[in-house]
Amino acid sequence: MIERRPVANFFSHAVLILGVAIVAFPLYLAIVASTQSQEQIAASNPLSLIPGSHALETYRLALFGGQNSRGSTFPPALPMMWVSLVTAMVIAIGKIIISLLSAFAIVYFRFPAKGLVFWMIFVTLMLPVEVRIGPTYAVVSDLGMLNSYAGLTIPLIASATATFLFRQFFLTVPDELVEAARMDGASPMRFFWDVLLPLSKTSIAALFVIQFIYGWNQYLWPLLVTTNENMYPVVLGIKRLIAGEAYTEWNVVMATAILAMLPPALVVILMQKWFVKGLVDTEK
Amino acid sequence: MEKRVLFKSAWLPWVLVAPQMLIVLVFFFWPASQAVYQSVLTEDAFGTSTEFVGLLNFERLWNDSTYLESFKTTALFSVLVAGCGLAIALLLAVMANDVIRAAGTYKTLLIWPYAVAPVVAGVLWVFMFSSPMGVISFALQSVGVEWNHLLNSTHAMTLIVVAAVWKQISYNFLFFLAGLQSIPKSLLEAAAIDGASPARRFWTIVFPLLSPTTFFLLVINVIYAFFDTFGIVDAATQGGPGKDTAILVYKVYFDGFKAMDIGGSAAQSVVLMVIVVALTVLQFRFIEKKVNY
Repeated sequence: MIERRPVANFFSHAVLILGVAIVAFPLYLAIVASTQSQEQIAASNPLSLIPGSHALETYRLALFGGQNSRGSTFPPALPMMWVSLVTAMVIAIGKIIISLLSAFAIVYFRFPAKGLVFWMIFVTLMLPVEVRIGPTYAVVSDLGMLNSYAGLTIPLIASATATFLFRQFFLTVPDELVEAARMDGASPMRFFWDVLLPLSKTSIAALFVIQFIYGWNQYLWPLLVTTNENMYPVVLGIKRLIAGEAYTEWNVVMATAILAMLPPALVVILMQKWFVKGLVDTEK
Repeated sequence: MEKRVLFKSAWLPWVLVAPQMLIVLVFFFWPASQAVYQSVLTEDAFGTSTEFVGLLNFERLWNDSTYLESFKTTALFSVLVAGCGLAIALLLAVMANDVIRAAGTYKTLLIWPYAVAPVVAGVLWVFMFSSPMGVISFALQSVGVEWNHLLNSTHAMTLIVVAAVWKQISYNFLFFLAGLQSIPKSLLEAAAIDGASPARRFWTIVFPLLSPTTFFLLVINVIYAFFDTFGIVDAATQGGPGKDTAILVYKVYFDGFKAMDIGGSAAQSVVLMVIVVALTVLQFRFIEKKVNY
């Protein structure tokens, strides 16, 4: 603090509290809506800001599916959350494993066409899935991977950012460690497993948080490659709740939305330190 | 940049890069080249025969008023998202940087929207703007604004901009706060001793020193608005009313998967690839510059 300015300081707090309130407001409304009954929401103009007493039955409907009193049927969100979890875990862990391996090869070995390999991984940065949806869909369909975990995850697993991150990190690891390992007769993989991997723990944790959120929040890609309800991730399920019915049952939609954002939000808040590190490291 | 000490093996490095290479070749290079290839072909209505047409698909795009409209929509959308998102996040970051002791708490309270999927953000905001139960549409109505994002394209655009900005504030905030915290306090103290007011200190010292962060965020926000907002548009407006909020990515999806215009969609993909390449090059040139600096 440069000078004491109690008025300005108060002003800063006021702006921040207002900011936090505005940012949190949609979440609060979603929670309120998920605790009211459909009749209450339909009759409200506008929505009451006081939580209702129907939380239990709304979340039961959202999680396990079934029919509400008006006869609308809902698909259960629980299996969809399982699909999301598996997808996000496979994408995050898969990205980390293949990026660790290729960064290890690029940094610790000399082999022909190394430059080309590095360049090819680098270029994928410029080809996000959104710009090549049509042909990528065709490839996945030809390989018979529609409606499967393989189709949901493998096309998203290649990662230029993760490879760069590990490469940068490996370059800072002292050469003496390799010399010592070689003197002791350790094989390359032994060195990788016993020395490099333990040293990379923080980078791995940071990347995991970022990639888990990336995987969990995928929408366009699952929209294309899944047609079978058993393979819908939960974010896709929400969209179907508001598009499918003639009348949107907002209480269940909001309960599902809360369920869909809970796991990644928890990961961000509980692993905040790794999350911030991951964001800064992957982007710079 | 190379290690002095390397391992020697003729086959191991190939095995190590094989999984990444395989995925990159099958799911990136092959589809990307297919997009380029398809963009110069046209398929008849039954999908039975294809014909080489050169740049006809691109010519068609160029003459297609809805495509040019979509370009304009995307440009407007990304300018609004980047502009509003950066301004609000900068304001909050400057304030948080002022209240050092509580900055961590505010950070925790502001970062969670990063974890919300774009489509969920779209659903949350469309709920607040829908009638009759929407809280914001009700508030607007009481001040005389008849809100209807299903019919009014300005309203629809506002809706997706608000949802997109809301989701991106946390990201911008984190980077601005980190940038602010790395500005040497001594500079600001010296200026304060010379009698510079807080506002003057901000505009002559803080803002210029923050410009690398701002520029970096500008590029990231434009990329975000171009590609990561598909879910928001799909949940909130489905590109409507008409095609007034159909951003480029939405149009690629719609033309390729709903209207089944493979050649046209592929040509659009190629245009998008050119845009990403340009943005990425811009971003990397900036990073290079910063390293020198």
